[in-house]
Amino acid sequence: MKSEYDILVVGGGPGGAIAAWTAARLGLSVCLIEKRPAIGAPVRCAEGIGKELLKSFIEPDPRWVSADIKRARIVAPDGTTIALDENKAGAEVGYVLDRKFFDRELVWQASKAGSDVFVKTRAVAPIMEGRHVRGAVVECCGKRQDVRAKVTIAADGVESKFARWCGIDTTIPLTEMMSCVQYLVTDIDIDPNSNDFYLGNDVAPQGYLWVFAKGERSANVGVGIPASKNKPDMRARDYLDRFMRENFPNGKIIECVVGGDPVSRPLPCTVADGLMIVGDAARVVDPITGGGIGNAMYTGRLAAEVAARAIAQGDTSKAALMPYEEEWRSSKMGKNLERNYKVKEYFITLSDEKMNTLAQSIEGINFSEITVMALLTEIIKRNPKMLLELKGLTHALV
Amino acid sequence: MLQIHREICGYCGACVSVCPEGALELVDAYLTVESDTCRCCGICTKACPLGALEVTDEE
Repeated sequence: MKSEYDILVVGGGPGGAIAAWTAARLGLSVCLIEKRPAIGAPVRCAEGIGKELLKSFIEPDPRWVSADIKRARIVAPDGTTIALDENKAGAEVGYVLDRKFFDRELVWQASKAGSDVFVKTRAVAPIMEGRHVRGAVVECCGKRQDVRAKVTIAADGVESKFARWCGIDTTIPLTEMMSCVQYLVTDIDIDPNSNDFYLGNDVAPQGYLWVFAKGERSANVGVGIPASKNKPDMRARDYLDRFMRENFPNGKIIECVVGGDPVSRPLPCTVADGLMIVGDAARVVDPITGGGIGNAMYTGRLAAEVAARAIAQGDTSKAALMPYEEEWRSSKMGKNLERNYKVKEYFITLSDEKMNTLAQSIEGINFSEITVMALLTEIIKRNPKMLLELKGLTHALV
Repeated sequence: MLQIHREICGYCGACVSVCPEGALELVDAYLTVESDTCRCCGICTKACPLGALEVTDEE
């Protein structure tokens, strides 16, 4: 490991990997460090991503695409099912990845482009000159060394500490941290081309339970509820176990993963002098679906591009890095995050009865695209009375 | 004090990002707590999907 780079990337998930890959392709010297012993493991994700979004970064490869999703189904508390048919498929479903291989592929590409990559290597402190971040003290196998960088990109995921060490408060309120548990289940009868979402207070209060196909007879079956809803005798895992008993009693659980998913607004500011924050660390996770792979990649690429320009100009101050913040916030992603946050805040207030009514009003419709906006538009079109019910949302939809 | 039940913990980090003091950290993918910083407020115990954290009276 050299002692000085143009870019130091802390974290080897999709956001960090794309940042490193992009920066290396732009001719910068890049160091990517990952604290875990292996890239992509353990998986902490339901692994779904929209097709077009994925293709804007990398061509899909059967080695890391587990399932090609053609349909989605939303199951209301009373069992009413909204079927979202495929050929029109849109943003929210697409592929279910195999993150163990996908993440490795991205880091491999970053490495091939020229990035230095180090696993089992963690940042233990930022190097600060006044308020300017100049890299990090990193530790690998008990040995510490300074790695100086013109720009440091914090891509250290939901459990991000680096930005906090640099003086940015990254604490997530308990109500906005989704507490998630997921099993990889085999030997179950599922539709191998469908992703299913179950709603309701019995199934997942203020959250949802998912069954994402991972092959002919395998699926990621998981649940996310706000951390504030965890009770000593009814935690996320208890909701999942109950669903498993009732729906897949003979399923074989071959993997169990747990994690937190931030469904808050993004951090108020994602840049500082010499520092950029991307992906889950920046809280750019869709507040409704909890999906974050695509947004992490988008912010990772943008951060690297802006950093490259700033380094070329010899100025890596907060002001010089601010175009990153401005661009993602004004992008489609940024606008969707803000809108979906408001929609989420509204939907978590709905009772099961209201959710059933909403589902019944749009049951049987063939949607032109699978997006939150399409769903809401159809609800209002089919059931104008719902406009009154949804008045709390109008400010989010204009 | 905050007790980590390591046999239950999934080392996912959900507790790390809700800790108002930044007292929790994943080190080499294992959860650690800085006992000097931890105020034993118990927020992390609520965030854990598995119930691996507990505030006890033990010193």
